[in-house]
Amino acid sequence: MSEKSTWRNKVGLGEMLRGGVIMDVTNAEQAKIAEDAGAVSVMALERVPADIRAEGGVARMADLKIIEQIMETVTIPVMAKCRIGHFAEAQVLEALGVDFVDESEVLTPADESFHVWKHDFKVPFVCGCTNLAEALRRIGEGAAMIRTKGEAGSGNIVEATRHMRAVRTGIEHLKGLRTEELMTETKNMGAPFELVKEISETGKLPVPNFSAGGIATPADAALMMQLGAESVFVGSGIFKSEDPDARALAIVHATTYYEDPAEVVRACKGLKGAAMPGIDVASLPDEERLATRGW
Amino acid sequence: MSRRVGVLALQGDFAEHIRAFADLDCEAVPVKRPEEVLKCDALVIPGGESTTIGKLCERFHLGEAITELHRRGQPIWGTCAGMILLAKEINGSDQWRLGLMDITVQRNAFGRQVDSFEAELSVAGLADGPVRAVFIRAPFVTRVGEGVEVLARFEDKIVIVRQGNLLATAFHPELTSDSRVQQYFLDMIDQAL
Repeated sequence: MSEKSTWRNKVGLGEMLRGGVIMDVTNAEQAKIAEDAGAVSVMALERVPADIRAEGGVARMADLKIIEQIMETVTIPVMAKCRIGHFAEAQVLEALGVDFVDESEVLTPADESFHVWKHDFKVPFVCGCTNLAEALRRIGEGAAMIRTKGEAGSGNIVEATRHMRAVRTGIEHLKGLRTEELMTETKNMGAPFELVKEISETGKLPVPNFSAGGIATPADAALMMQLGAESVFVGSGIFKSEDPDARALAIVHATTYYEDPAEVVRACKGLKGAAMPGIDVASLPDEERLATRGW
Repeated sequence: MSRRVGVLALQGDFAEHIRAFADLDCEAVPVKRPEEVLKCDALVIPGGESTTIGKLCERFHLGEAITELHRRGQPIWGTCAGMILLAKEINGSDQWRLGLMDITVQRNAFGRQVDSFEAELSVAGLADGPVRAVFIRAPFVTRVGEGVEVLARFEDKIVIVRQGNLLATAFHPELTSDSRVQQYFLDMIDQAL
């Protein structure tokens, strides 16, 4: 007797991706570059976040033909993004056979009130968060992996560090609470009680937590890993730089040996051009901030 | 007996392996460098992405150290990606591998992630009933050479093999609380010491 797509299968795939780099790609050629550099997975999307930001318009799930070409080109797991709340896009991605669905704030939200009920799916989901309460709401809906949002397409790490620290201090806070304080904390946080109780007892998230949104250099990757990210997503950082092949290799190198500055130096020496241009996030008007999408 | 078990920590679920050995009061340590590998009495190659771990082994010269460990007769256990890296042949792929074990493997042999599954598995040499086996984009073995023992099959597919001091499982004992496969590996280490 066997049982398919169990919770352990879903969370387990996230565990297998730990200590690695997941790279945004928009075609099969980029996917090959990512795999050759040692990426653990690729994220298929129509435009990288920096282009979505620059060009505007509605950002949707990627063209299925391109996702299929990517799936045929690489052997590593292929992820793809659906819009927040767009469960029909998620159904299509599952039927196509992608390995992970990212219900992502980088795309234009399809629903401003409700996220996808992810427990109904066989395919595992990853969702963004800006703090612990948001992470627990997504896990409550069935997300098998969490990534802190950062500010996608900005080339600026400041929001990524803010969100990673927020999750960590949220966990530390819950660990210090007494049992009778947990229900009130649940009310204040707006997060599921069972998960609040579990985190308070175990001191850790029940699913892997990766970092995303703003990683552009090997040192950025090393920073996020030292702050507790279990892997990093690199979106525009690779293919909007001047040296995608070399940069992909360097970011993988720095992620593997993130705790050793001498290795990060070696990784940086492999770079052959400038990083992607960055944006001062403080100058972004609220409506242009992607991290505020979703709740 | 004190044994120093290293878990290759370049990428993958090495933390789960370390936790599983801790449940048996065995302190396993993460290893990322050739000199760290050579200090171990035994090595675990975890689940993860076999192409990624293989490329990192090649770039950072871990392959020579792991092969040296094997030459000294010290046990090595590979799970999932680890099984692929131990295999001599990988169907349809020329990706980097250690090639220490005389087996041929098929990658992602049960399908993509939506086909990942759990099953009860009877394992030769393990008492007290079947283990709960978690398969994630798992490989299976399509050919075994001389001297390779088949310890378990799932629906005719070979999913655990042993060749001397090498053990390979297509699934992930480290993701469950059942530590009988870990204990089996510790017994292999004790026999080798």
